[in-house]
Amino acid sequence: MTIEDIIKPENLVYKKPDLMNDRPMHYCPGCSHGVVHKLIGEVLEEMDVVEDTIGITPVGCAVFAYNYLDIDWEEAAHGRAPAMAVAIKRLRPNKLVFTYQGDGDLAAIGTAETIHACNRGDSITIIFVNNGIYGMTGGQMAPTTLEGMKTATCPYGRNVKLNGYPLKITNLLKELDGTCYVTRQSVHTAAAVRKAKKAIRKAFENNLNQKGVSVVEIVSTCNSGWKMTPDQSNKWMEENMFPAYPLGDLKDTTI
Amino acid sequence: MSEEIKLMKGNEAIAHAAIRCGCDGYFGYPITPQSEVLETLMEVEPWKTTGMNVLQAESEVAAINMVYGGAGTGKKVMTSSSSPGVSLKQEGVSYLAGAELPALIVNVMRGGPGLGTIQPSQADYFQTVKGGGHGDYKLIALAPASVQEMADFVGLAFDLAFKYRNPAIILADGVIGQMMEKVVLPPFKARRTDEEIVKECPWAAVGKPKNRERNVITSLELDPAVMEERNIHLQEKYKTIEANEVRYEEIQCEDAEYLLVAFGSSARICQKAVEVARAQGIKVGLLRPITLWPFPSKIIAKYADQVKAMLSVELNAGQMVEDVRLAVNGKVKVEHFGRLGGIVYTPDEIIEAMKTKIM
Ligand SMILES: Cc1ncc(C[n+]2csc(CCOP(=O)(O)OP(=O)(O)O)c2C)c(N)n1
Ligand code: SF4
Ligand SMILES: [Mg+2]
Repeated sequence: MTIEDIIKPENLVYKKPDLMNDRPMHYCPGCSHGVVHKLIGEVLEEMDVVEDTIGITPVGCAVFAYNYLDIDWEEAAHGRAPAMAVAIKRLRPNKLVFTYQGDGDLAAIGTAETIHACNRGDSITIIFVNNGIYGMTGGQMAPTTLEGMKTATCPYGRNVKLNGYPLKITNLLKELDGTCYVTRQSVHTAAAVRKAKKAIRKAFENNLNQKGVSVVEIVSTCNSGWKMTPDQSNKWMEENMFPAYPLGDLKDTTI
Repeated sequence: MSEEIKLMKGNEAIAHAAIRCGCDGYFGYPITPQSEVLETLMEVEPWKTTGMNVLQAESEVAAINMVYGGAGTGKKVMTSSSSPGVSLKQEGVSYLAGAELPALIVNVMRGGPGLGTIQPSQADYFQTVKGGGHGDYKLIALAPASVQEMADFVGLAFDLAFKYRNPAIILADGVIGQMMEKVVLPPFKARRTDEEIVKECPWAAVGKPKNRERNVITSLELDPAVMEERNIHLQEKYKTIEANEVRYEEIQCEDAEYLLVAFGSSARICQKAVEVARAQGIKVGLLRPITLWPFPSKIIAKYADQVKAMLSVELNAGQMVEDVRLAVNGKVKVEHFGRLGGIVYTPDEIIEAMKTKIM
């Protein structure tokens, strides 16, 4: 059998969504961001809503998401994506408006915008990639950094006396009346990826059905920032991140 | 139809003019002395008539980023605030300029620094025309001197903002915002349809159809060579604006031996000072910059060949005077007269300052 005999359309079991272009990604190998991008691309394609979708990229490693997914984008100032999304949704209510944010972006500098957007209840979607660290700026402490976890700005481990407690922001967002769907997912195994995709689809459907704010937190790895191999990162995440940020739906008012 | 003359505050005129000029959205946060803009909009409820959105944001930071988001989809959007709030907006303003988005910001200035005072001031001149936020950028800056101009400049600012894909600012002060005057409101202009927006703003992020590349609103570029190109492009655009959009008013300047330079509420008081001084036999004129950027440097340079001296009259410690001096380039004496902290000068004080400083 030659290679040509194997590479045939009918043998295709896996492909990247057409929305995802061929530009080389700047993400570190093993990073969760790329997988989350792919899921967003797949869901938008399957829902056939590209013409009505406006994405907002954060300041963080995902700032360049607009280079990889062929949809219309706006690039926010650090933390302000939810404010932008609210305005866009008000001005263009039939659009699918989503933000893509890291933990520093969403839960530190942008906390006010996050909370008020979630409280106002405009039908936007927030994809929240929580890797417990500031990936882009070189691995400093994030609001979600775990107690004892080492970063460039807590080199001896996060000390709650010095730095306060890890912020479980999603738990807080679920309490707000404007959110309709708040869920915590991950993308470190094939099964987790499938679940995360379902959650993103549901969040996007809520968006178009004007149900309120949907928040999909993806508990993620940042192997570069964590200074681990991708494989070690996944294990470390399961052992340390999941107990602090347990996976599953936190709220669903749409059922 | 005969003109409809109304009596209202400058801040109210801003709100009514916004609705009438086809504005799609206003995002603001209360602060004295400009809160009547948001209050008026909430009372009129334009979403029931023209479809204009009005939203009280959680902060000025959120408000300017709402403007940024909306402007990125080609909508005609604005915000208003006063000095401390405008300071908070500066990062967003820089992003608007960097991403070349049209938008309107209104600053009804109060005295500073810090929380300062709610009384009028013109101390945000530097912030408005020299940057305010980070990076090499310019705002098209209009300085109204009457309630009528508050109304007229909303439409004008939007027109210029869209013409050049650049944020515009109306720099008013507590006097112009709060005083009541007769005003003829502009006629109603329909909001643009989504099709019209796509035509006018092919760059807008509205959802990608199959027949074009994705639109990305961003000011980010990591390749320094490309970033320099972008900056050069901005600077070229600013030169075009400087060549085409300078606006000013000359009052009794033809035979003037002395020239007052003043904008906004100061120009109104200077106009009275000119009248009183002329009755005393002093040949003085007033040049009122209407655009603070682009600054009317050429006409000021022309008067440097005619007058003996100039006095820049501003409610601050001496800001615009620097631009007057740059225009005059040492040809004649240029001095500054100001009051600070919310105190407003009288025409007599201005004449006295003229006599002691430049005569
Ligand atoms: C106003 C402002 N402050 C700080 C920064 C620097 N900065 C860029 S990204 C970032 C943190 C991003 O971390 P996170 O949101 O967790 O995203 P990640 O890179 O981990 O995906 C910071 C502090 C900035 N760009 N703008
Ligand atoms: S630094 Fe971390 S978050 Fe950023 S691309 Fe690398 S692994 Fe991903
Ligand atoms: Mg992070």
